Order: sequence, then structure tokens, then C-alpha cells
Amino acid sequence: MNIKKAFRVWQRNATVYRKLYRSSLALNFFEPMLYLFAFGLGLGGFVREISGMSYIEFIAPGIVMSSSMFAASYECTYGTYVRMVYQKTFDAILATPVQFNELVMGELLWGATKSLIYGCIILSVISVFGVVKSPYIIFVIPFVIVCGVIFASLSLIATAVVPGIDSFNYFYTLILTPLFLFSGIFFPLDSLPKILSELAFFNPLMHLVSISRGFCYGEISKLTLSSLVLLIGYLCLLTPLPFMLLRKKYLH
Amino acid sequence: MSAVKGINLTKYYKNFKALDAVNFEITEGECFGFLGPNGAGKTTLMGMIYGFIEPSEGELILFNKKVNKTTMAEAKYKIGVIPQDNNLDPDLSVLENLIVYARYFDITGQKARKRVTELLEFVSLNEWLNANVRKLSGGMQRKLIFARGLINNPELIILDEPTTGLDPRSRRQIWDKIEELKHSGKTVILTTHYMEEAEKLCDRIAIMNKGKILVVDTPKNLSLKFGGNLEYVYLNMTEG
Ligand SMILES: Nc1ncnc2c1ncn2[C@@H]1O[C@H](COP(=O)(O)OP(=O)(O)OP(=O)(O)O)[C@@H](O)[C@H]1O
Ligand SMILES: [Mg+2]
Repeated sequence: MNIKKAFRVWQRNATVYRKLYRSSLALNFFEPMLYLFAFGLGLGGFVREISGMSYIEFIAPGIVMSSSMFAASYECTYGTYVRMVYQKTFDAILATPVQFNELVMGELLWGATKSLIYGCIILSVISVFGVVKSPYIIFVIPFVIVCGVIFASLSLIATAVVPGIDSFNYFYTLILTPLFLFSGIFFPLDSLPKILSELAFFNPLMHLVSISRGFCYGEISKLTLSSLVLLIGYLCLLTPLPFMLLRKKYLH
Repeated sequence: MSAVKGINLTKYYKNFKALDAVNFEITEGECFGFLGPNGAGKTTLMGMIYGFIEPSEGELILFNKKVNKTTMAEAKYKIGVIPQDNNLDPDLSVLENLIVYARYFDITGQKARKRVTELLEFVSLNEWLNANVRKLSGGMQRKLIFARGLINNPELIILDEPTTGLDPRSRRQIWDKIEELKHSGKTVILTTHYMEEAEKLCDRIAIMNKGKILVVDTPKNLSLKFGGNLEYVYLNMTEG
């Protein structure tokens, strides 16, 4: 694997994005903002306080992670699928010295970059609006990248196994939406039945949200060993799979 | 010196044999044509030569080196591909398409810019530099793909139906360009459904059918041997 070649693929996606970002940035930005303000202000009127925070303060750090998750996911499902199947961008690239693994690596890194972009935008917004006060917020950024790599990998796996572009609906409805709702962004998970809150332990987004919330309010202790182990576990487990599965799908 | 040599190249798609033990040798500086009906296996064979499709069986030798993963990656710097399908980046301009493609060969900055200008002049698209490729007609897109395939100044150029969909004048322009490439010593591999094109450009022609090469010879010898023009030979050989 030549990382420079992977960077060429990343660069190609960045070049296209630079041309089109106005439309997509606004759209991807609007959704998390909607959650933040609709829930934060709307529901915040009823939910006075959670764990000593106003409701909008409670959800804001989580929205950083969920928007980062969805940014990588959109990119590496619909985006990658269109490049692979409809636009034949993969065909064009593979006629050059770029090899298949470098191509997949480029897609993965680009997905993670989208996460970083959207995660950081939400982070800046909530800092500017004074929702978040701790300087430790800066340490959220590496975890936004972890979030990006995990969900870019998961999405590329989905791209490798779906029979057609419509099937991504299943991926979003059956996997990403439950992970999103049961991540502790909107309500503390210990209010759920025990079995559900125990299951949520395996939700990588739950750990990312908890770490993000910890850092945003200066509680480094929220970064527990079990969270770290689980996230590293997911990284090791998920990242090799897109390389194998996409190759199988594409070349055979 | 041989540029490309195929030994028993075979390709299965599931149980379907798209290429059946194909043997051929293409000399450096030669223009070599593959003719054959739809589905004969021409595109599959082209893909194999530029490392896009792995042979199920057989061996490929490029620039006198047996091809494996490492040698293929190196060889690709010397190969230019003009694919049958349009795979330009539809969101990008003419210029951006070429710059992005040049980067895959590590050609960047001023060097890339210079090469792009040269190539766009070569195919008379310089006035379209900043136009989005969606705004180009089908034939103009074809010319752009042709130019893109030459970005790395390749020694071996693979043209899969380079003039399909072009008007007669554009077709002649592309022919002239291919002649120019031949004169500068490049090896050219070409597939086409136009007998006139094959006759005019190719030093030697292979006629394929159902995954097999039936015959290889110069256009002249084919006519002499089988008594008739190239089209006659083609139609006779690929019958049924
Ligand atoms: N990815 C694929 N999966 C399954 N079958 C394929 C695939 N690609 C090609 N084939 C089959 O292999 C055979 C050869 O196809 P190929 O595209 O090489 O033909 P061709 O000679 O280039 O035809 P044309 O003149 O129409 O371009 C065809 O029967 C085609 O259906
Ligand atoms: Mg073909």
C-alpha cells in the first residue's frame, strides 16, 4: 500500500467536494442544527435539567458525534456507491497506477475527513454560542476522527454487500438510526430497561458521545478504559473488512 | 522487442468463458487491432492487458517482464488507457478532469498544467478548458477521454473503440492523432467495429470470436489469403 496513491484518491474526492460543497454543506449542516435547536429549545422547555445541565447543553456534545457519524456514512454509502457503480470512477482510477487497496484507503480517509469537517463545524457552533465551556473540547477532535473511521468502515462494508443503492435504506433504518437513538445523545441510557442499556454498551456511538460530553464539560474521567478498549476493538475489527469485501464485490 | 505477450489468457465470469486460452504477441512500435463481434471478449482482453482484470488462467508479459502485482503497478506508468465506457468525472470541468487524472501518475503543478494544455490542443478542446464535461457533446467527451489516456505520455496505448460515436470529421482527426502516436514510436492496441479504421491504422489484426483469436495477420495478407476485403474476411470468419 502506497499512502501517497491513497492520498490521490482522497484528493480527487476533495476536488469534487470543493466544487459542490455549498449545496451539500448547507444540507448536512442544517440537519444537526435542527436537532440541536428543535430538541434543545423545544424539549428543553419541559426537561429542565439532566445531570445538572440544561437540555441543550446535554445534547450538544452528542450532536457533534452523530453529525460526524452521518457525514462519514452518507459519504461512504451513497457517495462511494455512485463512484463505484454509476460514474465508473473506480474503473477510471484503476486504469492508472493506483491499486485497489489504495483506492479503498482513499475512500475511507475521505469519509473520515467528512466526519472531521462536520464534527468540527458543530463543535465551533456550540462553542461560539457558549453552550460548551471547557477548553478540553479540543480533545473531542481526535475522537471525531475515530468516529469517522469506524463509521466510514462500516458504511463501506454496507456498500460492498448491498445488492443495489435502494438497499441502503435497510442500513440506515436497521443499523444507524438505532445506534443514533440509543447512544445517550437525547436521554441518559440508564432510564432504559436494563437489557437495553446493557446492549448499548456495544454501541460505539454511545462511547463517543459519552467521551465528547465529558470533554465538553471538563470531565476527563468520562474517558474510561472500557470505552477506549471497545473503540480500539471496533477499529481493528472493522477497518480491514472494506478492503476484502469491496474487492470481492468489485473485481469478481 | 515485444511490448505485450499473452500466453493462454483465459477469463471466466462465473462459469462463462469470456476468453478462451488466447495467445498473441505485439511488437514494440506496432499498431495491433482486435476485431470481433459484440461479446467476443475484446474489452475483457484490453482490461487484462492494463491490469484491470485478473486472468483466470494464463500469463501476461509486458515490456518483457512477467506480470505480477508489483511489475503491473510499475508498468502502468507506461500505459495509457482509452476505455470503451465514458468514465469522466461529471462534476468536474475539462481542466479538472485532466489534472485529477494526472495526479494518479504523480504529475502535478506546472508540469501537469503544461501537459494538459498540450493535450487539449492536440484534440482541439482548448477552448473548452473550463467547461463542465456535462456540457460537452458525446463526441467531445470521447476526445477528452482520448486526451486523458495520453496524460502520462505512455509507451503503450490501449484504445477500446476510440471512435465509436464520432462524426466522420472527428473520426478522421482521431485517426490522424493515432498516426502521429505511431510515428513517434508508440505501441498502439486498438479495438474497433469499423473495418476501414482497422485497415487504415493497424499493422496487424487479430479477429476474435467467442473468446478465441481465430487469425492474426496484416490486413493485406488477410485479404489475399481469404480473397476479399477485410469486411468480407471478418464476416466469413465470425459467422454463426
Ligand atoms: N463483469 C462481467 N460479468 C459477467 N460477464 C461479463 C462481464 N464483462 C463481460 N462479460 C461477458 O463477457 C463477454 C465478453 O465481453 P466483452 O465486453 O469483453 O466483449 P467485447 O468484445 O468488448 O464486446 P463489444 O464489442 O460489445 O464491446 C460477453 O459475453 C459479456 O457478456
Ligand atoms: Mg468492448
